[in-house]
Amino acid sequence: MLTKLDPASHWLAGQIAGIHLFTLGGGMMIGAAAVLLYHAIGRIAGVSGIFFTGMKDGGLWRWLFLGGIVVGAGLGAYLFPSLNIVSRPNPGIWILILSGLLVGWGTRQGGGCTSGHGVCGLGRLAPRSLVAVLVFMATGIITASLLRHWLGVPA
Amino acid sequence: MKSNLSALAAGLLFGLGLMLSGMSNPGEVLSFLDWTGVWSPDLIGVLGSAVLVSLVGFQLARRKDRPWFEAEFAALPRKPIDRSLLFGNLLFGIGWGLAGYCPGPALAGLALGNDEVLVFLVAMLAGGFLQQWWARRRNDL
Repeated sequence: MLTKLDPASHWLAGQIAGIHLFTLGGGMMIGAAAVLLYHAIGRIAGVSGIFFTGMKDGGLWRWLFLGGIVVGAGLGAYLFPSLNIVSRPNPGIWILILSGLLVGWGTRQGGGCTSGHGVCGLGRLAPRSLVAVLVFMATGIITASLLRHWLGVPA
Repeated sequence: MKSNLSALAAGLLFGLGLMLSGMSNPGEVLSFLDWTGVWSPDLIGVLGSAVLVSLVGFQLARRKDRPWFEAEFAALPRKPIDRSLLFGNLLFGIGWGLAGYCPGPALAGLALGNDEVLVFLVAMLAGGFLQQWWARRRNDL
């Protein structure tokens, strides 16, 4: 949820109060999904890994998991249409292409993404994943801040 | 059958969670990543609550010999913290910060009437296959 906070309010209290119930509930559902996949079939719920390996080995469970993500998101949008928003301008086709190339290349070379390294790797207390998360968070923050503020890309 | 149904259920829950938590909205992701604008802590709230649940779940799994419906837990790579890990995640972060998409939310966007993700996902596929081609080529040399 987009939280717009009065800068004059107590900052921390405002930040905490601004965290919507859906934020935590949705996060717990994501965590529960990863736990379910591991307990049921012993697989790590890393979207990039499942996505790219699915293209090669084609195990049905991979397509069902990925398809489930699409349908689950659609279900959420059906139940709560007001949450289905894109609260930033379209960055244009070239930024989308460049960012897609980087995410595809980077998640393959780095062995995971926000779900594999973040949700699962941190949950497994994997040192590699902690490093991965710190690195992609840092470069993500630097990139978004540079692009959207100092380079004046509209936010 | 049970394995496939579990994977489907996990995917549904994952997608629903992504959508309800606001993470399928790239603007929400960018409002966390962009520290120069109106900053939102929601992404940390989502990741934190997800990790809290997965911490408990993965610790419980240590007591089990095998998953419910398969013979064994999939082997996880025991790789060192190397240059690929650092460089790959560095590039991934840059891509993430450019448009606000990582693979899960981009996939979720397919159901949300969000045409941007088509371009993003095609480029993401191309980027991943380019990397794999490059990695194979380097090993051959």
